Amino acid sequence: MGTVQIRVYFFSRGRELAGCAEAVESMPPGSCVKELLEKLFRRFPKLAELRKSLRVAVGLDYQGGDCVLKDGDEVSILPPTQGG
Amino acid sequence: MQSELTLTLEPIDEAAWLARRAMGREMGAAVCFSGVVRGTEGGGAIAALEYEAFERMARHQIELLFRRVEERWPVQSVRVAHRLGRVGAGETALWVEVIAPHRREAFAACQFIIDEMKRAVPIWKKPLTFCL
Repeated sequence: MGTVQIRVYFFSRGRELAGCAEAVESMPPGSCVKELLEKLFRRFPKLAELRKSLRVAVGLDYQGGDCVLKDGDEVSILPPTQGG
Repeated sequence: MQSELTLTLEPIDEAAWLARRAMGREMGAAVCFSGVVRGTEGGGAIAALEYEAFERMARHQIELLFRRVEERWPVQSVRVAHRLGRVGAGETALWVEVIAPHRREAFAACQFIIDEMKRAVPIWKKPLTFCL
C-alpha cells in the first residue's frame, strides 16, 4: 500500500507562518489537496491564519481541494497574490 | 499574437522597451501601463516594496493569460515586464504594452492583463519601511 510523498513549498506570508520554505509530507494513497492542507494546519498551526484565503497549486497550475495527489507531486501554498 | 515577458531584478528601462516597439501597418492603438511603487502604504511612508515570485509558476500563468488575450481580442502584441526583489518608491514595478488595431480592444486587453496579473500570478509584495 505505502504512502505518497508530497513536497510542499511555502511563499511570502505562508513561509513566515510555517517557519520554513519547504516540507515533505507522507499521505495515504488517494489523498487529496484538502487532506494535505488539514495535515499542514496541524503541523504548522499558525498557517491556519491563511485557511480562508490561500490557494494551492499542484505543479504550476491552481487546483481545488478535491485534486487527488500523486507520489512526487509538488504542492505550493499560495497566499493571496499581490503583483503589479 | 506576439508576446514578450520579462521578470527581472533590474530596473525596467521603459524608454528602451518603447524604442523596440514595432507596430504593424494595420495597427492603430498602442496602450502602455506603468505600475509605479507608491511612497506610502496604509498611510505611512515606505522606502520600497520587496517583490517575491514563484517564478516558474508566474511565467506559466502569464503565458496562459496571453493565450486568453489572444482568444478574446485581435491583438498584435503584448509585452509585460515585472520587477522582482527590492523596488524603490517611484520606480516602475510593472510595465504592460498592448498593440491592437483599435483603442477599444487595446485598452480592454491591457486592463484585463493587469487585473489578472494581480489575481492569478503568484507574486507577492512586502513594504520596506524607514527606520524612525
